[in-house]
Amino acid sequence: MFKTAEIIKVGIADMNIVKAPDLIRTTGLGSCVGVVLYDQAREIAGMAHVMLPDSSLSRTEPLNKAKFANTAVKELFDALQKKGARHSGMKAKLAGGAQMFQFSGSSDMMRIGPRNVEAVLTELKELHIPVAAQDIGGNSGRTIEFDPKTGLMHIRTVNKGNSEI
Amino acid sequence: MTFLKSISDVHLDILKEVGNIGAGHAATSLSTLLQKKIDMNVPSVRVVSFDEVMELAGGADNVVASVFLRIEGDAPGSMFFILPLQQAEKYIGQLIKKQSFSFSAEPDNELAFSALQELGNILSGSYLSSLSDFTSLTLYPSVPALSIDMVGAVISYGLLEISQVSDYAIVIDTALDEEDANMPDSVRGHFFLLPDPESFHTIFTSLGVKVDV
Repeated sequence: MFKTAEIIKVGIADMNIVKAPDLIRTTGLGSCVGVVLYDQAREIAGMAHVMLPDSSLSRTEPLNKAKFANTAVKELFDALQKKGARHSGMKAKLAGGAQMFQFSGSSDMMRIGPRNVEAVLTELKELHIPVAAQDIGGNSGRTIEFDPKTGLMHIRTVNKGNSEI
Repeated sequence: MTFLKSISDVHLDILKEVGNIGAGHAATSLSTLLQKKIDMNVPSVRVVSFDEVMELAGGADNVVASVFLRIEGDAPGSMFFILPLQQAEKYIGQLIKKQSFSFSAEPDNELAFSALQELGNILSGSYLSSLSDFTSLTLYPSVPALSIDMVGAVISYGLLEISQVSDYAIVIDTALDEEDANMPDSVRGHFFLLPDPESFHTIFTSLGVKVDV
């Protein structure tokens, strides 16, 4: 029997894991970063929609690990390994981290996009996961969809059209 | 959601009144500016997850025209004035005296964007000044920023402060539309007021209500 492909949705400050033929999608990334870890040989991928760079910013318990770059990447990494992905086959793709609004004398919070990207990259480096592709920065919102079978990320923007990385 | 535990129904009612006064004045300004009758709904104050905040404005993927500004002063927070593209185009057309303005036909019309930004500026200014009068708090708006993009990309900026203390936000939401337009909720104009977590205490105290936040 053929299984029809489903699209697994990842909300804001959320994460999920997908196996082919299903796809995984998150919508409306602004300053947030969508990070995907995948093992293409095993056709498995995980995606997190990260809002903030560092969990030390959190003043609540329990911690929502998907919300922060430094905890989300590690959490995805562990969850993927439990589902059969191998560390050696794992790669990462990321998109987002835009600066949607330009404010004069902008506070640190308004620069959150670049800080999120930086934090994700640092964490990937720490875990020795190579970055296969990225589409970051700019001032457009993005909707991303990842196919674990092909390892391709489809990116849709409002003002700059569609692309694939 | 520890910080939300101390917020009761009475507090939500007060926030509703806050939204009512602010958006009421803003709707009057809009009506004067466009010389049209504008309908305003009784604001809703909701404690919602971040994904649900996006749903209030038509979903994270929905493309809207939004004017965003930070509120500074005694009770910091974020404010959004969100318009469906169609409605934004109509208002711009009226403001710059051009019958059929469309974003797709004129993506670089600076006058149009400036007009929309100014509209947002005037409306949020009247929202804030009436709020300031009502609470006797000093509130200054930042210069507003305009963006035509996905709801998720835009509104997440207003969630940054609250996301540090909670996975839920308190949204003071007022929907507006022109009389008889009869449009479904998701395609109407919205005012969103998202006070920073520390500001709730200040707002309630200034109105003489006790709260342990």
